[in-house]
Amino acid sequence: MAIWLTENSKIIVQGMTGSEGTKHTRRMLAAGARVVGGVNARKAGIVHEGLPVFGTVKEAVEQTGADVSVVFVPPAATKAAVKEAIDAEIPLCVVITEGVPVHDTTEFWAYAVAKGGKTRIIGPNCPGIASPGASNAGIIPADITTPGRVGLVSKSGTLTYQLMYELRDIGFSTCVGIGGDPVIGTTHIDALQAFQDDPNTDAIVMIGEIGGDAEERAAAYIEEHVTKPVVAYVAGFTAPEGKTMGHAGAIVSGSSGTAQAKKEALEKVGVRVGRTPSETARLMREVMRSS
Amino acid sequence: MDLFEHQAKELFAEYGIPVPRGIVAQTAAEARAAAEQLTGRVVVKAQVKTGGRGKAGGVKVADDAADAHAKATQILGMDIKGHTVHKVLVEEASQIAEEYYFSFLLDRANRTFLAICSASGGMDIEEVAHTAPEKVAKVPVSPLTGVDRATAREIAQAGGLPEKALDGAADLIEKLWAVFLDEDASLVEVNPMILAADGQVKALDGKVTLDDNASFRQPEHVQYVDKAAEDPLEARAKEKHLNYVKLDGTVGIIGNGAGLVMSTLDVVAYAGEAFPGRPRPANFLDIGGGASAEVMANGLEIILSDPSVKSVFVNVFGGITACDAVANGIVAAFNLLESRGEAVTHPLVVRLDGNNAELGRQILADAALPRVELVDTMDEAAKRAAELATVGA
Repeated sequence: MAIWLTENSKIIVQGMTGSEGTKHTRRMLAAGARVVGGVNARKAGIVHEGLPVFGTVKEAVEQTGADVSVVFVPPAATKAAVKEAIDAEIPLCVVITEGVPVHDTTEFWAYAVAKGGKTRIIGPNCPGIASPGASNAGIIPADITTPGRVGLVSKSGTLTYQLMYELRDIGFSTCVGIGGDPVIGTTHIDALQAFQDDPNTDAIVMIGEIGGDAEERAAAYIEEHVTKPVVAYVAGFTAPEGKTMGHAGAIVSGSSGTAQAKKEALEKVGVRVGRTPSETARLMREVMRSS
Repeated sequence: MDLFEHQAKELFAEYGIPVPRGIVAQTAAEARAAAEQLTGRVVVKAQVKTGGRGKAGGVKVADDAADAHAKATQILGMDIKGHTVHKVLVEEASQIAEEYYFSFLLDRANRTFLAICSASGGMDIEEVAHTAPEKVAKVPVSPLTGVDRATAREIAQAGGLPEKALDGAADLIEKLWAVFLDEDASLVEVNPMILAADGQVKALDGKVTLDDNASFRQPEHVQYVDKAAEDPLEARAKEKHLNYVKLDGTVGIIGNGAGLVMSTLDVVAYAGEAFPGRPRPANFLDIGGGASAEVMANGLEIILSDPSVKSVFVNVFGGITACDAVANGIVAAFNLLESRGEAVTHPLVVRLDGNNAELGRQILADAALPRVELVDTMDEAAKRAAELATVGA
């Protein structure tokens, strides 16, 4: 078992025929994910990478029974693609695309809510979700870790990979990259809640970074609702104010959004926070050894 | 991207929002000419992209053109929170009856837009929100429905604006929404929004932040890029499509992925605490997932042309891009730089981890590049890079 993505998940890829879509469809298939088709309105009817390409998400869902969509379309087309997935009521939509205007994300999020919240959105600007040994929806390299009982939620792609790799001997139930944009579909709190409820997850690694107050809110949530051990890492202690550090959402504004404030909020509720990714891995190792 | 006040007001004016007449001046003589043209009392306002300029003495009233010249002389060249004043906005003085606060912004936590309105404007709104939260109306705005005239009026009423200002404020708010939406802004703030003595509601100040991700559909926004304020290295990096931020330390940093690079800066700063002079990171540079030879060469070139850099730390986790490809990229980058006549003479610490890490390390070992050291872990590599950047090393 895992959260949101299991060996039974059937995946379609919106934008499968593009270069990124093609490359990662191959990688997902190689990782053992059940990719069942693609969507491209202009290429409906063709076979690509051995998979059928449909004109719409609705049609793809009807024909294949897909319950996960991974979105690789360019930023200008992302809003329409996600709305289409929402209209098709697909349970999970993973938006990999980087560079989506925040007005578009805010709009498709409002649209998802207005449509009854039937579609969970992960991203945009995220590496996706992987349940090692079971399935992989996105661009997370599958072969750097093993199946296990740690859950991981992170704003950053490469830091996710770093921790997955450092803890490859312990292994993971599910790793979720929620993305570094100012507005995202699935939050730290959503993942914490799902890991808390997942009988196959024993402990949680949470990776945050500067900007916004998602980590502070996650800390408040942990205090109230999470009984499983949580180990955290926060990136960006040395980031100067007012500069965007790579991710659109990673910016310290005035005194808010700093790494120090996030670390303090997490430590206050008993979360152990590593000073470096390696120390974070060590802390998790200790947690798993003592449990 | 933040706009200067005068740019925000020019944008407001395009949308029919009433703003005072004003002229930008870069010298005291220009400020005098501007004041002569405007006639009467004027306000000379420092143009800096930071708050608190009033308190810092960056806004002064001038009685006439000679006085405007004097006030501009005082303000130009001032340092306000690390921002040097290179230009002032000379504006006709307004007859202020009342001052309000208004903004549209992105509410990250609630994943929606927010209108903030208060009859207590003109001062620090965060202070008002803290001491008298009931005086600040925060109204969520759905991107699906937006703001029409009726909603705009409701927001103004919620903010406690008096009846006499409601029509004018509603008009201004509706137009500000158009700015916010059509320009892909993440912040549009007017503080103060004033009720003038003649009954007109005007934007006396303007703060606008535009979404860089929307530049593909906002070609006009390129005019707002402040080339003068850009760090020359950042400008060069941008031309090469590199995600680079100049910092003030001596350890050059190259990594893949924004989170990992941010983390690398922190780890280097910690490691530096143990060495004399406490070396710190010199930059943020994310070469992304690809890490091709050309990208690596361009990245190294930018970092090595920063005179404060003493050592370089290349920190790569091979996920999608395997480490052997990255190692080949580094070797090719050295050759490429040498052929450009910019052979690498700085010490370089390389940490490769993840997919094909051993193969990558082997490639680098075989290439026997001068002054390149391989270190297995990120923490140890950071320590070595900091040591190599230490004065006298």
